[in-house]
Amino acid sequence: MNVDYSEKIPNNVNLAGNRTLQRALEQWQPEFLNWWTDTGPEGTGNTDVYLRTAVSVEPKGWAHFDYVKMRDYRWGIFLAPAEAGRKVNFGAHKGEPAWQEVPGEYRANLRRLIVTQGDTEPASVEQQRHLGLTCPSLYDLRNLFQVNVEEGRHLWAMVYLLHAHFGRDGREEAEALLMRRSGDADNPRILGAFNEPTPDWLAFFMFTFFTDRDGKYQLCSLAESGFDPLARTCRFMLTEEAHHMFVGESGIGRVVQRTCEAMVAHKTDDVGKLRALGVIDLPTIQRYLNFHFSVTMDLFGSDVSSNAATFYTSGLKGRFEETKIDDDHLLNGAMYPVLEIRDGALVTSEAPTLNALNEKLRDDFIRDAAAGIERWNKVIEKQGIPFRLKAPHKAFHRRIGPLAAAHIDPAGNVVSAAGWEAKAAEWLPSAADQAFVASLMGRVVEPGRFANWIAPPARGVDNKPADFAYVRFG
Amino acid sequence: MGTHTQTVEVIRQHLIDPEICIRCNTCEETCPVDAVTHDARNYVVDAAKCNGCNECIAPCPTGAIDNWRSVQQSEAYTLEQQLSWDTLPPQQEAGTETASSLPNDVVRITALATSGQGGTAAPPWSAAHPYVNLYTIERPAIATVTGNFRLTGGGASSDIRHIVLDFGGAAFPVLEGQTIGIVPPGLDAQGRPHHLRLYSVASPREGERPRYNNLALTVKRVTEDHDRQPVAGVASNFLCDLAKGDEVKVVGPYGTTFLMPNHPGSSLLMVCTGTGSAPMRAMTERRRRRIAQKEGGELMLFFGARTPDELPYFGPLQKLPKEFIDINFAFSRVAGAQKQYVQDRIRERSADVARLIADANCHIYVCGLKDMEDGVDRAFRDACRAHGSDWDQCLPELRAQGRYHVETY
Repeated sequence: MNVDYSEKIPNNVNLAGNRTLQRALEQWQPEFLNWWTDTGPEGTGNTDVYLRTAVSVEPKGWAHFDYVKMRDYRWGIFLAPAEAGRKVNFGAHKGEPAWQEVPGEYRANLRRLIVTQGDTEPASVEQQRHLGLTCPSLYDLRNLFQVNVEEGRHLWAMVYLLHAHFGRDGREEAEALLMRRSGDADNPRILGAFNEPTPDWLAFFMFTFFTDRDGKYQLCSLAESGFDPLARTCRFMLTEEAHHMFVGESGIGRVVQRTCEAMVAHKTDDVGKLRALGVIDLPTIQRYLNFHFSVTMDLFGSDVSSNAATFYTSGLKGRFEETKIDDDHLLNGAMYPVLEIRDGALVTSEAPTLNALNEKLRDDFIRDAAAGIERWNKVIEKQGIPFRLKAPHKAFHRRIGPLAAAHIDPAGNVVSAAGWEAKAAEWLPSAADQAFVASLMGRVVEPGRFANWIAPPARGVDNKPADFAYVRFG
Repeated sequence: MGTHTQTVEVIRQHLIDPEICIRCNTCEETCPVDAVTHDARNYVVDAAKCNGCNECIAPCPTGAIDNWRSVQQSEAYTLEQQLSWDTLPPQQEAGTETASSLPNDVVRITALATSGQGGTAAPPWSAAHPYVNLYTIERPAIATVTGNFRLTGGGASSDIRHIVLDFGGAAFPVLEGQTIGIVPPGLDAQGRPHHLRLYSVASPREGERPRYNNLALTVKRVTEDHDRQPVAGVASNFLCDLAKGDEVKVVGPYGTTFLMPNHPGSSLLMVCTGTGSAPMRAMTERRRRRIAQKEGGELMLFFGARTPDELPYFGPLQKLPKEFIDINFAFSRVAGAQKQYVQDRIRERSADVARLIADANCHIYVCGLKDMEDGVDRAFRDACRAHGSDWDQCLPELRAQGRYHVETY
């Protein structure tokens, strides 16, 4: 299933066979490019970037590397190959053939799911707009740009679904996706975490590790959808999403590595001394972790949610690895543990699993994230340093659902408002922490050189050497 | 082929590097024959199912998937083994590891240098993961000389030098025990580029001068060949004549097994002669800089040279506290004294040597001239026999446990 690059819009959905749709998307394309120029990576018009571009959705074709100017990146529409005889695998329609068109009764809910997912894609490009100016190396700069163009392509993926299946409503939503702006007071992005600034590279790596991992779990759930075009779109997006989490995991791993090397070389864990050496102390990394973990927790939504139940029962959004789970895929009568506050303490109670699907996805995410944090701890362990990074309690710093009313510390204890205020600077990055991290952010663009606060990667992109010119400035 | 020939099927086993893999599931999703599977810890490849189609290579975002090991089919790593790994096992036979294989010179020299340990050896289990082959002959790193000092005394016949190279902005991570390659400039008599020469790094991983992206080498000026015929070694003379500020093309690093253990309580038993002291110096220096960590573990060194004047690092070594390192010098050309070789000193200290050989936390390193191999081997054998153990039984175990490492030239 090759991609037709002779088309204005590369695609593997036979766009040429549907002239109306093709014209609609060709009208949206210049608006997208304007949005990219206005809010995409700053000052990169003439920059050649060694990027990965999909030339086919088959495994061998979708990782083609070459120098590309980002504005000329071949954003297109790619769906994973169709699975013959695919069925709706859960909910009330379980066993029916998967839908190739939107069922009328689920139109509004499906559109809402697609718009919410689609809104996060341009949002993160906007959040990361200025990071290129403070990159720690050409290697990292290239990784940032790869993330950016792929977020742009994910927007295309969602916009295709809106245009192809939701008529005029869909076209309006597609335009609105280009109108909202991350952090804009009047017209913000839909989800909270996507209106937070990404001020520095430590925040960027945390964002790609935690927040893009939320993306992975949401996409995995949507890849189970009974609406087949959505499932196929998300399956292909997941292969790209993996790169984003790689950037986060290896990025933080390299920061930790560098810090540990300095701790060992100078035999110190003194924060002041380490900061004077120009590396990021482990407690600061822990506070960044706490922040990004907690705002990502919010993205999974309210602990108990009737919307989640509706999406599941109607076959729109499944569970993570739905088809690998051995149960009835209806969840009638099943119960799942959720948290609530009773008598000033967090306690576990049971809720119908159908209503607790957000919580279940959150727990799946936590397991995955915790394994990644453990791999960072291996780096620390190897240097013989007695310090462990740790995910905070899932209710810590919650801003959504009933738990948002309480103050909960990283260990999961309910504390008073005064108690929170007194300790917040130990738990979350303070202004001083952020100012310190910001002070390290100088631009390093000589091939093979890396900023002092981060170790070089174990392996280059596409097996290229450490000093490869991943980005060439025009 | 004779009728007694047994054929051994060697396969190229596909493995995933657990240190680089981010567990994104892309490979498992992509694999057309379901050869990739995972548990909560690792993603692994079933050697019985993988058909080497490489469909998983391009989609992997990390490069962790592109790892291969030549192994006998009967000894392919099982899923259970792979699931328990924190790092990949070292390549047993050099030259087949990834798309970018090692230069022929490196393979040739390494095979020769490690033949003395009686076959392939594993690295210590607690060794740090080494980077290898970051810089190739086609794309060498450029280092600047920041120091070049004579280590041997004025009266000594040999000129051994301590040379410090700085890599500036280029990443050149090395571990104690690794080697780097130097390509001397110019062409040989036949008009071809010179062969690459390997030198052990003599400084610890954070550099000769910490935080300055540099490393040190111990280089002896070669003035005669193995048969004592006068010859000017091309690479060694080039290196020994370098002045501060000169630039050198460096390739590597190389070496995945002659590495030091990092776990607290681990001991080192080191035997060396001449410039074979370079890796020992690196390891000792690593331990010395970490004395404050109080990680314990003993250091025992047997060091041979003709005279004290010809023994590199003689002065600094003597300043090290006795409780930090147990040093045993052997001099073979001191006027008026009996000739002493490292094997003689090993026999004198056989009780401690046998105790360390038996200690699972002790790792043994032998580095120096080829000539010393036999003598050291016999001395270890004698030490074991004198204390109720059998060297022939110990040796395969030591190798399998990554506790015995030989590099001789």
